[in-house]
Amino acid sequence: MTTPVARRGVVPNSIRVIATAVERIAIEAKELLDDGFRLALVAAHDDLEEIRVVYAFTKGPPDERVELVVRLDPERPSLPSLAAVSFTASRFEREMRDLFGVELVDHPQPRRLVLHQHWPQGWYPMRAGAGAAPPMVENAGSYPFIPVEGPGVYEIPVGPVHAGLIEPGHFRFFVVGETILRMKARLWFVHKGIERLMEGKSVDEGMRIAERISGDTAVGHGLAFMMAVEEALGVEVTSGDRRTRAALLEMERLYNHVADLGALCNDVAFSIAHAHAMTTRERLLRLNEEVTGHRLLRGGIVLGGTNVRRLPARAELDSVGREVADLVAMVRSNALVIDRFAGTAVLAHEDAVDMDTLGVVARASGRTIDARVAHPFTPMPEGFTVAAREDGDVLARFDVRVDEVGTSLDCLRAWIGAEPTADPREARYDDVTPVAGPVPTRRSGLGIVEAWRGALVHRVELDGDELLTRVKVVDPSFFNWPALPISLADTIIPDFPLANKSFNLSYAGNDL
Amino acid sequence: MTGITVWPVGVVVAQVTLFVLGAPFLVGLMRTVRCRLEGRTGPPVRQTWRDLRKLLGKQRTQPEKSSVFFAMAPVVLVATTLVVVAFAPLLSIDTVFSGGSDLFAIVFLLLLGSVSLALAALDTGTAFGGMGSSRLMAIVALAEPALLVAILALAAPVHSSSLPIIVAGSLHHPMWLATPQRILAFGAFVIVILAESGRLPVDNPATHLELTMIHEALMLEYSGPDLAFVVLGESLRLLVLLALLSNLFVPWGIATSLTGLSFVVAVVSLAAKVALLATLVAAGEVMVAKLRLFRVPELLAGAFVLSVLAVLSSLVIA
Repeated sequence: MTTPVARRGVVPNSIRVIATAVERIAIEAKELLDDGFRLALVAAHDDLEEIRVVYAFTKGPPDERVELVVRLDPERPSLPSLAAVSFTASRFEREMRDLFGVELVDHPQPRRLVLHQHWPQGWYPMRAGAGAAPPMVENAGSYPFIPVEGPGVYEIPVGPVHAGLIEPGHFRFFVVGETILRMKARLWFVHKGIERLMEGKSVDEGMRIAERISGDTAVGHGLAFMMAVEEALGVEVTSGDRRTRAALLEMERLYNHVADLGALCNDVAFSIAHAHAMTTRERLLRLNEEVTGHRLLRGGIVLGGTNVRRLPARAELDSVGREVADLVAMVRSNALVIDRFAGTAVLAHEDAVDMDTLGVVARASGRTIDARVAHPFTPMPEGFTVAAREDGDVLARFDVRVDEVGTSLDCLRAWIGAEPTADPREARYDDVTPVAGPVPTRRSGLGIVEAWRGALVHRVELDGDELLTRVKVVDPSFFNWPALPISLADTIIPDFPLANKSFNLSYAGNDL
Repeated sequence: MTGITVWPVGVVVAQVTLFVLGAPFLVGLMRTVRCRLEGRTGPPVRQTWRDLRKLLGKQRTQPEKSSVFFAMAPVVLVATTLVVVAFAPLLSIDTVFSGGSDLFAIVFLLLLGSVSLALAALDTGTAFGGMGSSRLMAIVALAEPALLVAILALAAPVHSSSLPIIVAGSLHHPMWLATPQRILAFGAFVIVILAESGRLPVDNPATHLELTMIHEALMLEYSGPDLAFVVLGESLRLLVLLALLSNLFVPWGIATSLTGLSFVVAVVSLAAKVALLATLVAAGEVMVAKLRLFRVPELLAGAFVLSVLAVLSSLVIA
């Protein structure tokens, strides 16, 4: 076990909590947003005697976190909508309305978001005592697609069951000829009730669920959850373990980005590049298995530390780097592929900012937002830069992924050479010493990590027995999904799969 | 019908049998070549036949409210292609129907299968069927003129569009094959064949992405024996097109008399030529990506230009 060392250049997490009145919420939120904060999370809590809504705002660097808390009457919970100041807030609010029954005053889209029309009116699954799901009804809260009319306009409904092995989502295209006029994505077909499932669970059980929220983001979700728990419990993590965690995060980014590079080529039928990428991905998965014992890197993060067998060797990283370089050279030398990528599905910079996009999607449109810089939990290596492009097209998203593979490899090389990392060990729950003082009855924590899709946030609350009372999960896909239809203006129908793949958003992480 | 002897009928029967047996292997071969070049093992060459056998054992399904068009299209596709296989001088230029195997007739018979599939896809009433039909018709409308003009270039030297006469002409005058009009027409033929048989860079036969499909979108609603017929028909058409291509531009090996030996030679040489062509097409597919749909007209316009140049050069030489 490594000994604790002083934090180096990392600002400690500290959340400023502002309790506010219902009528003040819009003013407070606007002040924070104008001050450069972004709305990272909105979580409602049913405390029986009140409905408590927490708005988490984050900003960085330097790392700053603010929580606005409002309390509502549980009989008639009602909130003024923040839609006028934040588009993202309007989506969190619709989610809250579906799951908690919070009425929203002056909401521009007072329609269901999470629950499909088959769920009966007046049943709110996240309220205390909601009980088992009631039987489905025919059409309780219908939310029809807004029709697009005009000569030659026709509709193409696609999904939720697709021809390939992909996640379920329904896309409704309104098309003239081959050109998309409007696209509406309807998700939440895989709503699993994860947040409810985690209530009352121990930290270990919660971690098992967190690592399985989105199969390809086991480290991202697991780490965000664990960091939130550790902040709530006041658990210190050594700098060596923090670095190992960051290394796991980069390994997850590596195998997913490599798979995406190949999948983008596959969608333009350049299948040899896809085959090469899959070979490299398989090597990375086998490396993952040697590192954590699981191909998808599960089990590498434990409360207060890490549990890894070894870290990748420099030679393994170099070899992956060469393979990816070969792949990228092959793709960039193919004019047909570049012609398909360039100029397709452009997400303008202003739209990327207005929609609060995150991760690869944001950075390909020139929005250099990265939680590794804004909310670092370990110092990034010398010369670390956030990969970014300005064009916002499929090619830009491809290029950002290529650059990020490079920076991930650089980070891993720097970290594995730095000093001996933690010995393989099983961190037990009783290894950890919570901070001294009386145990509060309710403790909360916020975990923010830059997962491979973008900034991922978990907010947890635990009771005096260290059982989870509420976990709110926000996958970056929740922010990025609304940007996909915006990017489709002037895109033709046969280019949609490519555009969709270049965003590569999670359904499981979004639908929860 | 005193002119019909046993041998020519035998040639027709053998031609149809060999083509039907061989077509699924052709598709399997192309898939295997692609897999190997991409470093994958891939299914065995006979997998297409296995799939067909499996499909033939399944129940038939038909979309609600679809009409006789949907049920008939697979039959029309296979039947028209079989008529071409029976008519066309694929193994021998001396068959029963050789007098009637006009190149225009062959091209339009093959087109009939595509058109009936497109109608059937519209008949299903699904968005994908309509999308596939409109895309296919757009491609056909651009590809057919190029093909017809290219045929004109081939027909000019022998003053006939009859396939046996064109092939016989090339056999007697091998130098014709190296003339500019033949080479230009060959280019046009290759592009049109790739477009009409749904190969890259126009269409991706291996895709699962519904929104990008052309040929696959037409057959999305088919299942069981109907799907087997469509798959067989499409593979048969690809085999016929490649066989026509090799006979028109590299005719050596085709039987000119009706002896058993020349027939065997014809079968072996055609199989070798088609296998080589298929391997080249599959290898080419590994190198290219699928064109953006709106670029396909540019490619087909290129084919048209090639065929017009072929005609012009044949006029100049004449």
